[in-house]
Amino acid sequence: MNVLDPQGPVGAAQKIILLNSLGIMLAIVVPTIIAIFAFAFWFRQSNSRARYLPDWAYSGRIELVVWSIPALTIFLLGGVTWIGAHDLDPRKPVAGTGEELTIQVVSLDWRWLFIYPDQRVATINTLTIPEGAPLRFELTSSSVLNAFFIPQLGSMIYTMNGMTTQLHLRADKTGRYQGLSAHFSGDGFPNMVFDVDVVSPADFSAWAARAAVSPLVLNADTYKAMTMPTMDSSRITYRLDDPTLFHAIATQKLPPAPGWKAIY
Amino acid sequence: MFGKLSWAAIPLDQPLPMIASAIVALAILAVLAWVVVRGHFPYLWNEWITSVDHKRIGIMYILLAMVMLLRGFSDAIMMRLQQAIAYNAPGFLPPEHFNQVFSAHGTIMIFFVAMPFMIGLMNFVVPLQLGVRDVAFPTLNSVGFWLTATGALLINLSLVVGEFARTGWLPYPPLSELPYSPDVGVDYYLWGLQISGIGTVLSGINLVTTVLKMRASGMTYLRMPMFCWTTLATNLLIIAAFPILTATLAMLILDRYLGFHFFTNDAGGNMMMFMNLIWAWGHPEVYILVLPAFGIYSEVISTFSRKPLFGYRSMVAATMSICLLSFMVWLHHFFTMGAGADVNAIFGIATMIIAVPTGVKIFNWLFTMYGGRIQFTAPLLWSLGFMVTFIIGGMTGVLLAVPPVDFVLHNSLFLVAHFHNVIIGGVLFGAFAGYMYWFPKAFGFKLHDGLGKAAFWFWIVGFYVAFMPLYAAGLLGATRRMQHYEVAEWRPWLVIAAVGAGIILIGIILQIAQLVVSIRQREKLRDTSGDPWDGRSLEWATPSPPPSFNFAVLPQVTGEDAFWTQKAQAREEGSAKGGVRYEPIEMPLNSPTGFVCAFFATIIGFAMIWHIWWMAIVGLIGAFATFVVFAWRDHEGYVIPADEVARAVGAAR
Repeated sequence: MNVLDPQGPVGAAQKIILLNSLGIMLAIVVPTIIAIFAFAFWFRQSNSRARYLPDWAYSGRIELVVWSIPALTIFLLGGVTWIGAHDLDPRKPVAGTGEELTIQVVSLDWRWLFIYPDQRVATINTLTIPEGAPLRFELTSSSVLNAFFIPQLGSMIYTMNGMTTQLHLRADKTGRYQGLSAHFSGDGFPNMVFDVDVVSPADFSAWAARAAVSPLVLNADTYKAMTMPTMDSSRITYRLDDPTLFHAIATQKLPPAPGWKAIY
Repeated sequence: MFGKLSWAAIPLDQPLPMIASAIVALAILAVLAWVVVRGHFPYLWNEWITSVDHKRIGIMYILLAMVMLLRGFSDAIMMRLQQAIAYNAPGFLPPEHFNQVFSAHGTIMIFFVAMPFMIGLMNFVVPLQLGVRDVAFPTLNSVGFWLTATGALLINLSLVVGEFARTGWLPYPPLSELPYSPDVGVDYYLWGLQISGIGTVLSGINLVTTVLKMRASGMTYLRMPMFCWTTLATNLLIIAAFPILTATLAMLILDRYLGFHFFTNDAGGNMMMFMNLIWAWGHPEVYILVLPAFGIYSEVISTFSRKPLFGYRSMVAATMSICLLSFMVWLHHFFTMGAGADVNAIFGIATMIIAVPTGVKIFNWLFTMYGGRIQFTAPLLWSLGFMVTFIIGGMTGVLLAVPPVDFVLHNSLFLVAHFHNVIIGGVLFGAFAGYMYWFPKAFGFKLHDGLGKAAFWFWIVGFYVAFMPLYAAGLLGATRRMQHYEVAEWRPWLVIAAVGAGIILIGIILQIAQLVVSIRQREKLRDTSGDPWDGRSLEWATPSPPPSFNFAVLPQVTGEDAFWTQKAQAREEGSAKGGVRYEPIEMPLNSPTGFVCAFFATIIGFAMIWHIWWMAIVGLIGAFATFVVFAWRDHEGYVIPADEVARAVGAAR
């Protein structure tokens, strides 16, 4: 889950911004820390060689410098911020090879439901995605606030009931990665770790075809059962009968999950 | 008859809270027994509990903070131990406990350690530094303290009767709404903080009025000590921000108690509104915490460099601009909510702009040391430790203020490391520096400096060992508040962090030892002059401890560093002029109003939490009656005759 080992363009750009910003600031921070130690040591009481300036409390030149250095740094970082925030806005589509894949995400208590409306497939706690393809996530929650996060691919985004958030990512290398919820959501929160399998486009189509004929079906009824709180984080695959199910969840046509009184 | 309360509320089947509560109950009973048996109760009641003296109230605030530090730190040790152990394992704290522990840890540390510590120091020091006799509203001051104590009591009561919130220190809906938090935990949080929040606002009103309207003759704004400027900025923030907290918690209370839909999932509620409101309070809150610390560092660094503060006007400008800017950055706490690039970028840039005046302050402290004659006392060590540590914490904060970076680090252990970096390095080190610096003024003897230095070293090493690994874990994808995990890469960092917590524990033990040893050796450590550090401001112009009226003759101020100037003039003109004329001094009467008010507030809070409506009404009537009795009193003050004033000052010198 190493944020500094990104496997997609979003994460890679974020790593660059992180390291650049850190570098810019260290250029000020390190000399300042050295100066703190140096001044404290040199002007210690026992050092008779140090000049004592008991009334020196103002210098216009120094004031100019101490206001300018942070201001200029922030100017620079502000530019990085403006450009970076726009380039990496989660709503901005990511380029890639092949067709854009739409994945709809619903955070449950306490696991993740992934719906592939075009493939008529749904899964719990396991996300299979094709390498190099642009991914478009639409996200909502069945109940409480969560945050969908695959550290090695980049940006996280909140999931909120009654609302739809958007995220665009791309995975550039096949392999197995991990995702998790990055916002505390109750007793089963630590269980919300999910598998991310990045496979070749051909393997993805094959997987989708197999999954579309799964014995288990996801529809409004099985969804309702799914919204009960559970500590079970097993990976399950469903076929999806109704591609508008996510819309019904996100607009609260299917009501938010009932409370947790039973398990309290 | 008793609402939701029943014997089942006491968790007899859970050893940890039962043992903890038993230890606390025994400690309280032991102290009470000692007080009563030794006949100290009348003294305690007359001199402390009903006191309206800002010095006594300040000391009580700090005592509350220190006791709560032990509770909050115990929570921290439990969390670090759990996370060190719970790799591919359940650990010793099941989720329902772990989640209460981290919620209590944050709530207690911010509301009942950091806030009371700072408010206590401001209360004790500011009237002395301003050269006046007390704050603007002494009885209100007592009410504010006791209401804060009520909040602390209610939070701690949840350990033994019922449970605490399992939402984190800020109860985000929908998690904190009834469907997902059906039990009393969130209600303990809500009522505890509503009541102590009133206390905080009262304190804010008191200190703003004091600084604006009550200063020694000749003390213009630009001649005030820096600590008084930061007090002004802090309390302006309190007055502006705490009503937001009160309103937001009230809305959540309406949701939970009367079926309103401010923040619920259904019926048009909106959780995003809560997040905006709570952080519109929450961000100014962290500046409320750190600004007094900045003031303390200004005092300590200039005193122990034996130089005036460098760039005083710049510092004033920086302080007041931090005060204003702190209201313009709140969205950086939820960049990942999806507000869009323009909004995210603007708030990110605003957050960085606040780093400018903060950086200016660091440089000004640096140049205060330049050309000085630095004495490495314990308070100065805390200040140096702060400067280095806070710069690092501020840097990681600016890093998180870049939205694309926050998109991968939000809510991670990197964030946890950042805010502990600035709160411990900034606020707590400042509290400890202020405590060791002003202790002799409060009690008449210094704290043992060697033990203070040892405590500092264990604290600062422990801090780095406990929190630097969390930066690493955050970069490895670790999110906060996980009761267990299966990622092997995180484990070594979490184990090191637990060791760091142990090192800090030694630091705390050394601080306790310092206090015990200093009390025992108080004659050797006695401060006879009232000015043990060759100070620069007016609090050092009084005996240690000061008499109730602070100054026998109110001082006349002619410049910055008022006391330093006075001493220089006295040296030039020879010995102190004779023939000081003492006048009788009118002082406010002590009053049980604060304590009684808090008693009824506790009843109201407990009753509301457990839905015991008749008890809540009784409490409300009692609280109102207390005000009526106070408003109708005929005698507000008493007069100290001139010869007693002379004796009080002469005898102590």
